[in-house]
Amino acid sequence: MSARRRKTVSAIAEGLCAVAVILALLPLAFILFYVVKQGASALNWAFFTSMPKPVGEPGGGMGNAIVGTLILIGLAALFAVPIGCICGIHLAEYRDSRFSSVVRFAADVLNGVPSIVIGIFAYGLAVLPVKRFSAMAGGFALGLLMIPVVVRTTEELVRLVPSGLREGALALGASRSRAVFTVIVPAALPGILTGILVATARVAGETAPLLFTSFNNRFWSTNIAQPIASLTVQVFTYAISPYDDWHRQAWAGAFLLVMIILVLSIVARLAVRRLEQMNRP
Amino acid sequence: MRRSADDRLFRLTTGAFAAMVLVIVVGIGIELTRQSMLSIQKFGWSFWTGRTWDPVAGEFGALPFIWGTLYSSLLALLLSAPIALGIAIFISELSPRFLRQPLAYLTDLLAAIPSIVYGLWGIFVLVPIVRKLELLTPEPLRRLPLFHGPPLGVGMGTAALILAVMVVPFSSSVAREILKNVPSAQREAAYALGATRWEAIKVAIGYGKTGIIGAIMLGLGRALGETMAVTMVIGNNPQVSLSLFAPQYTMAAVIANEFTEAADELYLHALIEIGLLLFVITIVVNLASRLLIWSTKKRAAELVVLASPATKEEIAA
Repeated sequence: MSARRRKTVSAIAEGLCAVAVILALLPLAFILFYVVKQGASALNWAFFTSMPKPVGEPGGGMGNAIVGTLILIGLAALFAVPIGCICGIHLAEYRDSRFSSVVRFAADVLNGVPSIVIGIFAYGLAVLPVKRFSAMAGGFALGLLMIPVVVRTTEELVRLVPSGLREGALALGASRSRAVFTVIVPAALPGILTGILVATARVAGETAPLLFTSFNNRFWSTNIAQPIASLTVQVFTYAISPYDDWHRQAWAGAFLLVMIILVLSIVARLAVRRLEQMNRP
Repeated sequence: MRRSADDRLFRLTTGAFAAMVLVIVVGIGIELTRQSMLSIQKFGWSFWTGRTWDPVAGEFGALPFIWGTLYSSLLALLLSAPIALGIAIFISELSPRFLRQPLAYLTDLLAAIPSIVYGLWGIFVLVPIVRKLELLTPEPLRRLPLFHGPPLGVGMGTAALILAVMVVPFSSSVAREILKNVPSAQREAAYALGATRWEAIKVAIGYGKTGIIGAIMLGLGRALGETMAVTMVIGNNPQVSLSLFAPQYTMAAVIANEFTEAADELYLHALIEIGLLLFVITIVVNLASRLLIWSTKKRAAELVVLASPATKEEIAA
């Protein structure tokens, strides 16, 4: 091939790579545009405060679903954060042990399990024995999805703590647990909180595992032993319904979801960047 | 002495929490098997080859769902792999420095959008567009099995399109990392031999080939288990068909749609058995992908260490 031809091939191939970027960003822009356009116009005060109206009656909102989502996330965090954080600390402290690599591997496997399968597992453990859908079962399912994310981010960020701090504490005669709880964890705390934010962002948009754990509820409920509404399941129900007013509300719900997730992930990203700058020598 | 006892206690307690993660993974496998026993015993292998899904008659064959999951995921991969690779190359090799971070962030954003939002957008925006395209398909093409059937808009093609968009960020972010880990000596050597920019990139891709295949498989793992968006656009009709226009069904979608309706125990167990297979398939795909990614990274790291020990710290950082 002549040099000229090779240069042309190179230019074309480089151009195609740029096209690939555009092809991926186009749907992103397209989706965000529609969510904002359809969602923002459907959002109003009643959407946040009122309850779903019966079929055919316009108006109403997702007040109960918003509260339900918050409760579900709270329950999930209550279950996943202690396990995830302590597991992550263990992996960072004993990073080379065989047990740690097995657990790391298990966390990766758990991270790849489809959320619908997690839902079946939660159904078998938390719904079937009591024969009732409940917020607790939903929180359990979401918690299972949070755990691997919390584990990996906690481990990564505890590792970022300069080793001089740990060595200093140990040299002063501190025991391992003392060094961890009084020196390392406080230093890594912003990072650990970030990990929790990232995990929250991941589960806030989950629908599949809630379909048959927390189910849905058209009424106001904060009882965690009863079925509870959630934004995602509500959006799903409304989206596949034949009513225009419900479609409008589904867009509003989607808009709210995207906003929540964007804010969480931007805050987390900024926090990680600050942390990395702080720990750079 | 006290200190070492204290250390042991700390190791054991935190270790117990870590062990829970293991217990959960093993527990999922056991629980899914236990809960699908009825169907496993009744149907055996014929469950995977049967084409009839008739809950009323108590007859369950999962082939259409397995077909739908595999076909939609492979189609999605066909679309997403070149795009993901192109993005990874652009961000890591071609893009001006100031654009790198923002572009990486924007592509990652595709992964942050919830599946349900993709589905909503799919129903109300993408399906009408696809329906128009289907109507525009010329008659001779329509005779091919690939484009057979009435133009509904919902169906295999739409599902594959949405899936492709959803898995691009997973493949591209790993492929990006792999390319970043390719020792720069590889590219420099190519340039020294008079290679053009694209030829040097091809050398880098060749070096990271295994890892890039791993990155694409990671996307496959995501596509196989994707539920909501697919459920909302694929049409939910259990049939084995090559047609992109045909409404079909996937394993995840049938679980999502029918789980709460499963009135009798056998029906429920049949659905859970589908979940069990999905669990096993995704684990195998994810493991294979991790293994490929890990071996490439390790190879790259070793080579750099050999070349210059001083850069070892840089790799660790």
